Amino acid sequence: MSGGTFMGMPAFPQAAKAALADTRLRANLTHATHTIRTKRATAVAELDDWNDLREAGKQIKDHTLAHLDTYLLQLEAAVTTAGGTVHWATDADDANRIITDLVHATGHTEVVKVKSMATQEIGLNHALEQAGITAVETDLAELIVQLDDDLPSHILVPAIHKNRAQIRDIFTHHMHHWGRPAPDNLTDTPADLAEAARLHLREKFLRAKVAISGANFMIAETGTIVVLESEGNGRMCLTLPDTLITLAGIEKILPTWQDLEVFLQTLPRSSTAERMNPYTTTWTGTTPHDGPQNFHLVLLDNGRTNTLADPTGRQALRCIRCSACLNVCPVYERTGGHTYGSPYPGPIGAILTPQLHGTTTPLHASLPYASTLCGACYDVCPVAINIPDILIHLRERITDQPRSHPLESAVMKAAAWMLDHPGAYALAGQGATATRRLHPTELPLPGPAKAWSNSRDLPALPQQPFRTWWKKRPAGQGPHTPPAGEDTQR
Amino acid sequence: MTPADEAPVPATSRERVLGRVRAALGGGAASGTPRLDPAVRTYKESHVPDDPASVLALLAHNLADYRAGVHHCTAGDLPAVIARLLADRGAATAVVPPGLPPHWLDAVTGTQVVHDDGTLTAHRLDTVDSVVTGCALAVAETGTVVLDAGPGQGRRILSLVPDHHICVVEAPEQVVTSLPRALPRLDPRRPMTWISGPSATSDIELDRVEGVHGPRTLDVILVSSSPPSG
Repeated sequence: MSGGTFMGMPAFPQAAKAALADTRLRANLTHATHTIRTKRATAVAELDDWNDLREAGKQIKDHTLAHLDTYLLQLEAAVTTAGGTVHWATDADDANRIITDLVHATGHTEVVKVKSMATQEIGLNHALEQAGITAVETDLAELIVQLDDDLPSHILVPAIHKNRAQIRDIFTHHMHHWGRPAPDNLTDTPADLAEAARLHLREKFLRAKVAISGANFMIAETGTIVVLESEGNGRMCLTLPDTLITLAGIEKILPTWQDLEVFLQTLPRSSTAERMNPYTTTWTGTTPHDGPQNFHLVLLDNGRTNTLADPTGRQALRCIRCSACLNVCPVYERTGGHTYGSPYPGPIGAILTPQLHGTTTPLHASLPYASTLCGACYDVCPVAINIPDILIHLRERITDQPRSHPLESAVMKAAAWMLDHPGAYALAGQGATATRRLHPTELPLPGPAKAWSNSRDLPALPQQPFRTWWKKRPAGQGPHTPPAGEDTQR
Repeated sequence: MTPADEAPVPATSRERVLGRVRAALGGGAASGTPRLDPAVRTYKESHVPDDPASVLALLAHNLADYRAGVHHCTAGDLPAVIARLLADRGAATAVVPPGLPPHWLDAVTGTQVVHDDGTLTAHRLDTVDSVVTGCALAVAETGTVVLDAGPGQGRRILSLVPDHHICVVEAPEQVVTSLPRALPRLDPRRPMTWISGPSATSDIELDRVEGVHGPRTLDVILVSSSPPSG
């Protein structure tokens, strides 16, 4: 009941091949991503200063990252003054240990959770289970994933890969293992499914003593934590229990309360395509007689400082987890989220996961290639993360790694030598055109290049190399009039 | 101090994270007192003109767009509107926070009013049908009401557990056009709930449906001196 794990997932190409063969998955994803895409465009078009908001969001985040140590200390002081306790975690194990100890100290063995990417990232539910603590996911999609012992496949909607009929079956078959069973004769209309989740979780909310959440934003100047949500499960977790533990990446800071005016405009529209999400809760430390009386904030590094150290890759830390880039990505739409082998799927996952965890495993090294570089993700990003640029940057890093992609390295080395030796290059060109009738018109290549060449054809070679044509062209003929037949070659 | 005490103490996680941040930023020392260039804020302070009637109409439109019930009335009619909404709901009980103007409830009959004294538990509130509150302010462009636990709003739990929330907005003084106008008027040290329509989810096929854990019915009463006709 701990949920699945991304550990040991195959590299992206293998996982994608399996996912592509799942026609129901593709239908579910196409339906969902196309629905949200159109709505997002409409919501964004309502604001004629969208580009200014996007630029301001980018600048505020860059500024914060450039002074992150100062803002972290400011945040720590403000939270502490307001009655909270701040903890620092270098990595996943550190964070899991801190949170497990905090829960143990309360004497309780059940916690309710608000959807949190950071807790997914560190595998918190598994760590809690090992320590004898049951973590109950309360976001509808997270509940679906947890009941089905599945993995999340989308940042905003972790069960996006399931359609309503599948969700009905999961509720019917699994809810009674965790508490109140699904109503008899449950239909698959979304309203009935939402009602079933309400009834199932109600008793857990009302008796909850400990809650664990993530954070969308942390305000350095005031120590205020901000959580955006839709269902009210967040409000339940953030309001009813005695103890609240919030885990947040160190990059979630904004300098001032005023900065929210940018992100509260861009995040809901980019995420759920709403002018505003139904509920946003903000709190600062503890408030006597209102909400949890014990508040712990755990600040998580877990590879973020490695990312911060890379001037090109650093911009990935601007991410506000809206998931717009997933919804427009042609690769994500076809492969789904599980293929990315991390809680962060899609284009942002392809640049975040290898930076947080390194590029030494075949899976992580394959992620920067899980893209067509079409740039749709950059266009929709509300903080203007240039995802294609970072993908190329990471590909360079992987190509430079020893023992990585040996064939590609060999080909690149040969090409480098050839381009350094103009005589050899000219000779090779003449040789290629002289033997053009012998060339195959179709790939595949044999061996390891087969995967790349399967989906590509060989371009037809012209009758003569460009250099030969240039030398031989009649005097007075301009450079823009190649001989007949040559302009059709590609 | 003995020589043994001079062995380096293992760094705390706090020191290690801060050290890594500073190393990543290219220096060992703290990065200094930062100041964001105000020139980055080229976005608009508001997207609509400051005409109170049209701002109120926009608020009403955006609240209704996200399935809140919207009711216009004058201050004199407010008690009757609250009483009618509770009666239409068939509410046997309604909780109210401290500081709610008592005359708002003058016309209520048939609904038992429970005054929160700070001791009502979540289980007790789960048996209460409705809650009546005021608000700190409302944002027209986003269709949002903000509660900041002030007088007439009370503890966050009150507007959360009952399934029906009646929220009173006093126009024009409590209505702002935009988020940049809203934030300076709010004190971040107070616990806040920003509400834009009733509870909803997009978790099933990314399609929005109303009604999950928060109040499934949200009625917003817009009080103004000259409500729109009809």
